[in-house]
Amino acid sequence: MGNMTELNEQALAKYRNSFLHEVEERVEEGDWVKMCMQCGVCAGSCTFGPHWEHSPQKIFMMIRAGKREEVLRSDSMWMCTSCYNCVVRCPRKLPITQIMHGLAQYAHRLGVAPKMQPTRDLSLIFWNNCIKTGRVNELRFTLSLYFKDGLMAGIRQALSMQSIALALLMAKRLNPLEFFKGHECKDKAGIHRMLKKAQEIESRRQGAHK
Amino acid sequence: MAKKEYAFYPGCSSQLRGSASNYLVSVNTMCEKLDVKLTPIPDWNCCGASISYAAAGELTRHVMTARNFALAEQHLPGQDIVATCAACWLGGRETKDKLDASSQMMADTNEALKEAGLHYKAEAQMRHMVEVLVEDIGYEEMKKPMVKSLEGAKIAGYVGCQTNRPFGIAGESFENPLYLDKLVETMGGEALTKYEQKVTCCGGSLAFSEPAKSQKQIRDIVESAYDHGAEMIVTPCPLCQANVEIYQSEINRKQGTKLAMPVVYYSQLMAVAYGGNAKQAGLDGQVIPSKKLDEIAAKVVPVATK
Amino acid sequence: MSDMKTAAYLCTGCGIGERLSAAQLAKVAEREGKMHLVRQHAFLCSSGGVQLIRDDLEREGVTHLMIAACSRRAKTEAFHFPNTAMSRANLREGVIWSQPDTEEARETTQEMADDYVRMGCAEVKKMKLPAGNPDLGHARRLLVVGGGISGMTAALEASRAGYRALMVEKSGSLGGWAARLHKRTAFREPYTDPADTGVGEMIAALQSDPNIEIVLNASIAKTDGAPGRFKVEIAVESGSARTEDVGAIVQATGFSTYDAAKLPEFAYGKTPNVVDQAGLERLAREAGANPIRRPSDGGEVKSVVFVQCAGQRDDSGIHLPYCSGFCCATSIKQAMYFKDANPAVDTAVIYTDLRVPGNGEDFYRSAQSKGVTFTKGKVTGVEPGGNQCKVSFRDLILDEDTAISDVDLVVLATGQVPNSGVNIGDPEDAVADAEVKPISILNLSYRQGPDLPQLKYGFTDSHFICFPYETRRTGIYAAGPVRRPMDIAQATEDATGAALKGIQAMENAHAGRAAHPRSGDLSFPIVRLDGCTQCKRCTVECPFGAIDEDEKTYPVFNESRCRRCGTCMGACPVRVISFENYSVDTVGAQIKAVEVPDEFSEKPRILVLACENDAYPAIDMAGMQKNVYSAFVRVIPVRCLGSVNAIWITDALTCGYDGIMMMGCKHGDDYQCHFVKGSELASVRMSKIGDTLTQMSLETERVATYEVAITDMARVPRLIDEYAAVINKIGMSPLKGFA
Repeated sequence: MGNMTELNEQALAKYRNSFLHEVEERVEEGDWVKMCMQCGVCAGSCTFGPHWEHSPQKIFMMIRAGKREEVLRSDSMWMCTSCYNCVVRCPRKLPITQIMHGLAQYAHRLGVAPKMQPTRDLSLIFWNNCIKTGRVNELRFTLSLYFKDGLMAGIRQALSMQSIALALLMAKRLNPLEFFKGHECKDKAGIHRMLKKAQEIESRRQGAHK
Repeated sequence: MAKKEYAFYPGCSSQLRGSASNYLVSVNTMCEKLDVKLTPIPDWNCCGASISYAAAGELTRHVMTARNFALAEQHLPGQDIVATCAACWLGGRETKDKLDASSQMMADTNEALKEAGLHYKAEAQMRHMVEVLVEDIGYEEMKKPMVKSLEGAKIAGYVGCQTNRPFGIAGESFENPLYLDKLVETMGGEALTKYEQKVTCCGGSLAFSEPAKSQKQIRDIVESAYDHGAEMIVTPCPLCQANVEIYQSEINRKQGTKLAMPVVYYSQLMAVAYGGNAKQAGLDGQVIPSKKLDEIAAKVVPVATK
Repeated sequence: MSDMKTAAYLCTGCGIGERLSAAQLAKVAEREGKMHLVRQHAFLCSSGGVQLIRDDLEREGVTHLMIAACSRRAKTEAFHFPNTAMSRANLREGVIWSQPDTEEARETTQEMADDYVRMGCAEVKKMKLPAGNPDLGHARRLLVVGGGISGMTAALEASRAGYRALMVEKSGSLGGWAARLHKRTAFREPYTDPADTGVGEMIAALQSDPNIEIVLNASIAKTDGAPGRFKVEIAVESGSARTEDVGAIVQATGFSTYDAAKLPEFAYGKTPNVVDQAGLERLAREAGANPIRRPSDGGEVKSVVFVQCAGQRDDSGIHLPYCSGFCCATSIKQAMYFKDANPAVDTAVIYTDLRVPGNGEDFYRSAQSKGVTFTKGKVTGVEPGGNQCKVSFRDLILDEDTAISDVDLVVLATGQVPNSGVNIGDPEDAVADAEVKPISILNLSYRQGPDLPQLKYGFTDSHFICFPYETRRTGIYAAGPVRRPMDIAQATEDATGAALKGIQAMENAHAGRAAHPRSGDLSFPIVRLDGCTQCKRCTVECPFGAIDEDEKTYPVFNESRCRRCGTCMGACPVRVISFENYSVDTVGAQIKAVEVPDEFSEKPRILVLACENDAYPAIDMAGMQKNVYSAFVRVIPVRCLGSVNAIWITDALTCGYDGIMMMGCKHGDDYQCHFVKGSELASVRMSKIGDTLTQMSLETERVATYEVAITDMARVPRLIDEYAAVINKIGMSPLKGFA
């Protein structure tokens, strides 16, 4: 994952003139994009709205305008907090949150998502953490997050957050021993087999969109 | 009232010494008083939460959730699955809707589940604990186990996002859901119904990745509670609780504010009203203790006034 | 009037008896009102009360009734005595409900009631029972001018209702624009796809209908007469002419497309690959079942751009300033011509605001799901190059200048221009200087001009809010895009309404009754020609062109064209125009009947002349809601402020009234006046009253004009009280005691 496979490149060639079709076929819930009526309610309802370089409304317009690079390389979709405010307010009932996640994932899959995007890193660390044992190890998750940019940066981060960690520790809501062994599922192996299979099916399906 | 039984999906944060472990403690106390039996789904796994989208494809995420469904159907047949975490519940609802709507996705999911020796029959329903309270038990029944009132404690009901959107509790509006206020009033507290940050997002998991932006949200949420004279914030969501409670010290440190607003779960209010002590109500898990709630919990009530 | 026998009935129900002294009211009616018979009843609108009145009419020979009870707008069914002159004194809404029930207010409340009884008595004695219209017309055939969708619908609907129709169509075939369409926009569930126009079936139905006669290649050379008795000269292209009697007319002359040649920036005329919407329909019809080809070389069409608001909604003053309303849905439909045939064709609609009235939103969604791209933008230019064009535009969402290249076909949405005939509102010299002389459609022989009056942008004037079908020519109804821009579905509905209005007009003319808003009124203006000075004010000002002039310029009234507003009566400087039941005297007598206290009484008197359509109901409703207002006002309802004759104002002032409030409807382009021009004329007339006041050494504040809507029940009491405060400030009229 991360780099465009040859298969992907072949599949993409035919989309060169129509990013909208590419999104419709390859992005989760992407076939909804064309139904946007450009009212802008999503843009006005967004939690981190002011921090989006392009609002969802604009992203939909850019997709129609064929601005493939600008959309996929944008860090806008990574600003989504999954608050679903746009979804419940959209008069056309577009699953906007899911589309934003879908676009983010697609960009990541193609390897064009912005590097060092903190939310992307968070997502990857979280997922890797949870599939390892089947359950999230909150301590290790937090630590991997802090140390993702290297040892020194991690120590700085950890130090700045130490009062919080201490407070949680005191409230028995953080377990230092989790670093060595945390909660985990019994059937770890089964879960791993299952996920491997799911990913296999998924790439098969993605390849099927020719 | 006959005992109600549910397949319980606690979620990662509720585990022992997890960030929402006190939530689980209070839920257990509350359910015991309401004669609700929660049986954890054997060997349940993480739902993937909302944030795993970059790494995990759609099918992969549905498969993770479907494993829990399949386990529940196998071990606790006929029981609705109940989650206490907003994201777990939302993820479950999304997976269920998607699989119900797409036979292709259902077939693919079961193909993957087969690797873990499981099969999902699409029978189990995904419920939130709040739905169980509001729909299965009702406000009147919720009053019955009460041994003390919250004595007009001023409480800002912070519903947040994912318990409210996109599914929400049936019959409630997305812009101004009322169940949390009703619950507070049922327990004898004073619901600050004009609290305008009721459904504002706390930043969710982006509290980790975009701390400055999220802390601005959290500051608004807490300051508005102060503006309305709140003694505490109550929430149904573990991530809301954690974000809004634990980052107050960070905000104070960076911005020179003096925020110290307790943030509790609805289940803690109920556990206290039902006569639970501070430990049984998970109050010892507060980073910012609620003096008011601690006092009420400590109060000894004469037996059987109700 | 020796055979007049008057009777007054005082109702003491609804609290009137508790709040007012009935004995005092009876004394007023008897001694001052000089009523022959005065009776009280505790529940006058009950069957017993009504029977009491009936018995008196029958046994006592009563000819004139004065009922002092509730508002004249209430209990109209109980107090319905069609063969008797009747006035009503409003003691309930106008007195006890609008005054506080307190001991202090008792005296002024009683005085108010006494005055209304005096006024009612004075009014009824000046009234006559309308004798009925002598100018009846009995033609019951509907003339339909124009054979498009609107005209065909009107003729068919008239026929279905059992009336004959005569259709006159300028061209050699029926169907109008609709016959030139490939398909029409979706007009029924589920609103997803273009539909057949159905024009062929409609023409067949028309041709086989024995009630309908069709004259093609013909125009109207002259229209003379009035509803029920129009005489229409029809000129057929071949040269023959015929005269027909018709009872009412539907003008469904439709629209022309805005000339796309005026849009050189969009390359219209520079390449055949730029067409207007009508041009695209032509291409689609020519292509039939085959794909539409590129006009320049017959090449394959892979990319189409639709330019919305081309020459429309233009604020530069060059092109049409308005939105034609149908063109967004038309572009959606035309984009579907391409998408339905081949989903691979790129179709982009560039719009500033997508407007799809009715169920067009479903149609819009359907186009989106078919893959039509909608781009919010403003097209700045179209550049032809070879067989393709480049369309440049400002993207209004991304806020940047951009372009679509390699476009095979560009469609301009140019909008509708009404085929209205001559604008009779244009100054005569402007018409004389015009390069192209407008051609009249109806050639009315009316004094005010040959065609229907227009409001704005050439569209026919109609009372948009309350009576959209009515034009300002009774018995002539505009239908379809000549009235306002519209699509087929709207035109069908519009024409159905117009046909029904035409039928109603014919039946009214037959019975001598007025059309709306005084539906059923049998009175009509009577002119005393021996006093007339031929000043022409009435013939010029009549909002409905009802009055012609004879060769000596005396007015000639056409009763069935008249709406009974009384604007002529208000205009007449020598007061020779009146109605039997509404005249200079009926109102003048009421004004004079009020007892005006002397200068030192601290009881001013304010006359309110209130439009009966809006202001008077608003004042009544203020009473119903117990919104209290000054006890010093005396309210007289008038048919329209346009009917207010200046003599009433001077009479009131010389009688010692301290102020006069005139309440009429909103005027201007978005007028609400039920008689279209009445309130506007009144305000023009009253703007000149200042001189009169100055001559009388009175303050100009003593006469004030207000625009009041029927919903103003909370505002009207406020206006009254504010005005009363003004009067209090400027002091009592110095003219008291001179009359």
